[in-house]
Amino acid sequence: MKRPSLGAILFGLVPFVAVCFSVGLWDRVYPIVLGLPFNFFWLILWLLLTPLCMWGAYRLEERRAPDDRRDDGGAH
Amino acid sequence: MALTIISVIVILGSLIAFSARFHHQMDLEQWTCGGRGFGLVLVWLLMAGEIYTAYTFLGASGWAYSRGGPVLFIVGYWPLACVVSFFILPPIWEAGRKHQLQTQADFFQVRYGSKYLGAFVALVGVVCLIPYLQLQLTGLGLIVEVASFGGIHRTPAMIIAFSLVAAFVFVSGVRGVAWVSVLKDLLLLGAAVFVGIAVPHIYFGGIGGMFRALLQTKPGHLVMPGSTTNLGHTWYVSTVLMISFSFYMWPQFFAATFTARSGKVLRRNAVIMPLYTITMPLMFFVGLSALLILPGLNNGDLSLLTIVRKTFPAWFLGAIGGAGALTAMVAAGVQLLAGATLYAKNLFRPIIAPGMTDGQVAKLAKVMVLVLTLGAVFLAIYTSLSLVSLWLLGVAGVAQLFPGVVLGLFSKRVTTAGVVAGMFTGISITVALMLTGRDPYHGLNAGFIALCLNFAVTAAVSLLKPVAVAGFDETIPAVTPSEPGDGISLT
Repeated sequence: MKRPSLGAILFGLVPFVAVCFSVGLWDRVYPIVLGLPFNFFWLILWLLLTPLCMWGAYRLEERRAPDDRRDDGGAH
Repeated sequence: MALTIISVIVILGSLIAFSARFHHQMDLEQWTCGGRGFGLVLVWLLMAGEIYTAYTFLGASGWAYSRGGPVLFIVGYWPLACVVSFFILPPIWEAGRKHQLQTQADFFQVRYGSKYLGAFVALVGVVCLIPYLQLQLTGLGLIVEVASFGGIHRTPAMIIAFSLVAAFVFVSGVRGVAWVSVLKDLLLLGAAVFVGIAVPHIYFGGIGGMFRALLQTKPGHLVMPGSTTNLGHTWYVSTVLMISFSFYMWPQFFAATFTARSGKVLRRNAVIMPLYTITMPLMFFVGLSALLILPGLNNGDLSLLTIVRKTFPAWFLGAIGGAGALTAMVAAGVQLLAGATLYAKNLFRPIIAPGMTDGQVAKLAKVMVLVLTLGAVFLAIYTSLSLVSLWLLGVAGVAQLFPGVVLGLFSKRVTTAGVVAGMFTGISITVALMLTGRDPYHGLNAGFIALCLNFAVTAAVSLLKPVAVAGFDETIPAVTPSEPGDGISLT
């Protein structure tokens, strides 16, 4: 199989660093943001930011692989 | 009252499932893969149906209630599992289309040229699905018991609901399950958003007020390790990594991948999927509110239902209960379908009865739906584990398939012997650590330790000998039809 591009992998690594490896930095109560302890706020934020990163990866990958057939993405 | 509404919702869902079979001839391909014609919306619903299960619904609030901070692993692994799926699902789908794959075991069988490896993978898949099925059942039993104010014991509730599931899976296959997902997702999303916002609002004037109250009474509960002693940061990192790599190793997700119309659908799906768990923190808030209002429940998994029962009128408890019951049924439906197909197609036919036709395999798969249902009901009645613990048990098992899948896709150097050796190592270590109660082991998730050693052994054994079986891209005939009309079995 064709391997993904380096750019797409880098986009994919960003959420890994943000929500996994850096846990020691953000797993704290203060500062409270929008009424949420910081750790809750941070992870909820990344539920929103991860799609942005992956959208970047998507743009890169689609440029490389425009060969998908039968695709219009809609419901069946 | 609550019980009437639950029954109405469950019956409505089952009717939708049954009617999905009209206009479709149900051969094995249609039954398990929906004819490979699902677009973005149906694939999304099918996969999301598997994410919002009884475990997320009750288990997430349950862990927030009983353990606190460590529950964050659920919103930690989920976006990362989507990232991993972005990279591995499109090539899996591609291989599936090229080689007419229907199951996860087909993938291993074709990639590594061994029907025994295929059969072993099928066995691992079926065995790991059982705790997951059991979890859906236990969740469903809890829901009906609480919603009926103890009037209906969980055992008859489980038996009735699972007979319905077995029936609609039997009749309509994956198409039926996908369409019930629509109803239950709408109900569940509505319920989750409403309860998650209303409960903290009613008791504490808002989510901020709830957290302030919690910080005063239990300041340590909100950061890891929360109210546990051994679920700290090392556990978090290892658990999140292990689950995000292995989440799509569940056999039912492989099956769902093959229903997609194109690889592009799967990529787009991966981009938007993290948004689907945006309601999950609301379940945490409900569990945390319950901790303040109803401390001392001995089963955290009951916290959401108990607080809903205490706060809202009976009809609302019924609506929540119905959504939850349907959720458990949909998830179980997908799992039953995957387990039964795996058993009939990849375990029974190649090893025991090579002469079976596709029609006979389809019949056997349908019988297996009933057998697995009975097995799960039996386990759910006679054993007890918390919902999240059951799920973690299964996921650590399927995680051990990850090296074989990812190296199979992207490496030309991996050998069949390497994958077999790695898988045996991984599974033995998982079983040894979990059965002796050593999870987490020195702060690390047991499945994660097993996965690392699995990778190491796979690599080491692969490098010992040259490659004998070509990858998916090679033209060496990996698939040889064994009889007319059968493009799947290997010789």
